[in-house]
Amino acid sequence: MTTASSADHPTRRDFLYVATGAVAAVGAAATVWPLVSQMNPDASTIAAGAPIEVDLTPIAEGQDIKVFWRGKPIYISHRTKKQIEEARKVPVASLPDPQSDESRVKAGHDQWLVVVGICTHLGCIPIAHEGAYDGFFCPCHGSVYDTSGRIRQGPAPSNLPVPPYTFVSDTKIQIG
Amino acid sequence: MSGPSDFQPTNPALKWIERRLPIMGLMHSSFVAYPTPRNLNYWWTFGAILSLMLGVQILTGVILAMHYTPHADMAFKSVELIVRDVNYGWLLRNVHAAGASMFFFAVYIHMFRGLYYGSYKEPREVLWILGVIIYLLMMATGFMGYVLPWGQMSFWGATVITNLFSAVPYFGESIVTLLWGGYAVGNPTLNRFFSLHYLLPFVIAGVVVLHVWALHVAGQNNPAGVEAKTEKDTVPFTPYATIKDMFGVSCFLLFYAWFIFYMPNYLGDPENYIPANPAVTPAHIVPEWYYLPFYAILRSIPNKLAGVVAMFGAIVVLAFLPWLDNAKTRSSKYRPLAKQFFWVFVAVCIGLGYLGAQPPEGIYVIVGRILTVLYFAYFLILLPLLSRIEKPRPVPNSIADDVLAKSGGKAAPMVSSVIALMVAAGLLFGGADSARAAEGGTKPPAQKWSFSGPFGTFDRGAMQRGLKVYKEVCAACHGLSFVAFRNLAEAGGPGYSVAQAQAFASDYKVKDGPNDQGEMFERPGRPADYFPSPFPNEQAARAANGGAFPPDLSLITKARSYGRGFPQFLIDFFTQYQEQGPDYIVALLQGYEDKPPAGFNLPEGSFYNNYFPGHAIKMPKPLSDGQVTYDDGSPATVAQYAKDVTTFLMWAAEPHMEARKALGMQVFVFLILLTVLLYFTKKKVWANAH
Repeated sequence: MTTASSADHPTRRDFLYVATGAVAAVGAAATVWPLVSQMNPDASTIAAGAPIEVDLTPIAEGQDIKVFWRGKPIYISHRTKKQIEEARKVPVASLPDPQSDESRVKAGHDQWLVVVGICTHLGCIPIAHEGAYDGFFCPCHGSVYDTSGRIRQGPAPSNLPVPPYTFVSDTKIQIG
Repeated sequence: MSGPSDFQPTNPALKWIERRLPIMGLMHSSFVAYPTPRNLNYWWTFGAILSLMLGVQILTGVILAMHYTPHADMAFKSVELIVRDVNYGWLLRNVHAAGASMFFFAVYIHMFRGLYYGSYKEPREVLWILGVIIYLLMMATGFMGYVLPWGQMSFWGATVITNLFSAVPYFGESIVTLLWGGYAVGNPTLNRFFSLHYLLPFVIAGVVVLHVWALHVAGQNNPAGVEAKTEKDTVPFTPYATIKDMFGVSCFLLFYAWFIFYMPNYLGDPENYIPANPAVTPAHIVPEWYYLPFYAILRSIPNKLAGVVAMFGAIVVLAFLPWLDNAKTRSSKYRPLAKQFFWVFVAVCIGLGYLGAQPPEGIYVIVGRILTVLYFAYFLILLPLLSRIEKPRPVPNSIADDVLAKSGGKAAPMVSSVIALMVAAGLLFGGADSARAAEGGTKPPAQKWSFSGPFGTFDRGAMQRGLKVYKEVCAACHGLSFVAFRNLAEAGGPGYSVAQAQAFASDYKVKDGPNDQGEMFERPGRPADYFPSPFPNEQAARAANGGAFPPDLSLITKARSYGRGFPQFLIDFFTQYQEQGPDYIVALLQGYEDKPPAGFNLPEGSFYNNYFPGHAIKMPKPLSDGQVTYDDGSPATVAQYAKDVTTFLMWAAEPHMEARKALGMQVFVFLILLTVLLYFTKKKVWANAH
């Protein structure tokens, strides 16, 4: 009534046991795949995340709007000269997450800042035009972003991310 | 559970835990060292199969609940979205839906096995009663689960079954209102059924623990029906019973996978692909096959209250079995009369199941009454009587003697009874089918389809032409609301590129909004949009079509069917014939006659069609030769149009059919390999026991 054979002398029976066990294990692993994969976004959710177009004409200088793309709020700010200057005169090296303002906007469209409006700390929505740097202020844990959406103060580790977007025309962008 | 455990782990960490919670010892004594009779046959593996099925149903059910919306307006659509959009959603749904049938199939074998071998007799009465409780819970769970897709059969099944309680004197109506949470079956009913359908499986799991506990106290019964006395009568559960159960499970999975991957709609009712409509009852309300025998009993009795009492009584009587059958001999193997009557009883149950699916008229009612009487007579008259008059044959002294007595030649009766059982199950499964056979209308001729059979794929050319026919002809009246433009570019679809699908979508105007001014506006379609419906609502559609409602075509090839009759539906199970819907649609589109046959009274505003049930259809002849221009040289004939549009609609109804069949092949190759390996492993392991 022994089931385990001596390890020194592998027998045909051992091979059979190992093969059966291995095949069963492969089956079990393959079964897990669809059970986990179903948790990913479904096809309709992915399709709904297609690029969107936003008309910039109604946004006056100094104003900003919030649009939704893939369930996330995107801030589109029409920055004033003063705001752009503030963003550009700070030495990049002194920032917690060093990035130049130029690299965060599209060349020739320096007045338009497009950022994902989700605090990089823990996902709250920062308030525009608040905080010491005239940019964004997150009310949850006090992170402060500047007019380029870069982190300046508080617990957030990185700048507000810039979503993928392109200028379709001078007054229209496509996000995504 | 077989006395104090002598299991002691050697690992110090495990030792530490074991001293505080002896769970490993419990597992060891219950599932490793537990002595199991050495003469168990494969009917005993159904306990393991049932445990597996409960696990599968809970697992897939919890997952489906992540994607399902329990609301009367959204439930049907959410189920369709699971099947179409969720990764492997079609697989999970098929596993769960076919799983319910497999669960009942296994439980019936398990119950009949208990009946045959006298597993309910002293000292296993409580074990048996717990089993009856599990069965009742399963019936409630299965019924409520069937309501959730909120199709026509769901809705009307819910209506009929909840109305059973209106038979209760004095309180009937109040009880029914309480169950519904409204004046009729509606959204509150759906919500509570969803809640209870989620809860009850865990209650079942709890009772299963008690069932297994009771089993391990009394010990397993066995084919000889004599108790294990010495060590020679038993083998340890692991590896002997474990490997045998695994082999049994693997064989069962092969059977199960046949439904999941190749016959997903064989067990379901096509009516349930029509969204619930409180204004129209389907011509035949037929429950799922596993309730049919009880449904037949209900209908056999011409009094409402008595019918309901008889139906519930037919289940409750099982709980009294240990006291109805007083025979000292357990196993029917040694009871010559009981053995024969057992098979008569099995035939009665299958007969009742068959009758449950037939229309309640004529000979069916009479036979139904006879079988109902026989069903109760078996329990209430025959078994008590047999225990007094029957002279049993001598039973073996011990299990070891029983094992020694039968050497060789025992596999043959096993195989034949498995085949008999499969045929019987097929009869029950297909029973619902024959109800539809009686509905009238000429049987459509079977067509050759590129997508039939285990390797079937869609004909891309036919789908593209069919899409054109739909767009230029059908779309004037019929919606296609579950199909999105993006689907046209998906794998297994008509084979368009993403850009083509996008261009196709932009031809459509889609209503969107509100915009910043709060107004709705029209914009060109995007890939994510669904085919727009030609009418804003059902009322508008009826007003424009002489009172008839042109059905949405997304699921039409699955929602239409015709009876195949006996024995064709049995053959269909093996040939994987699933194309009743397409055969019917293609025949209908070509089945118009300018003049109805003499003597047929065609109502005003209707047209004569050979294949439409009742022949009077409100839809005028939709297709004529040359109506749609094909640019690939295919003939511009009605026959070609009909075939093409049906192919397209079959894809629209099941966009992942090719993925289903392809995965099915892989699963079958794997399962056959595993089953063969398990068979030899089992033989090797058991070689030690002899």
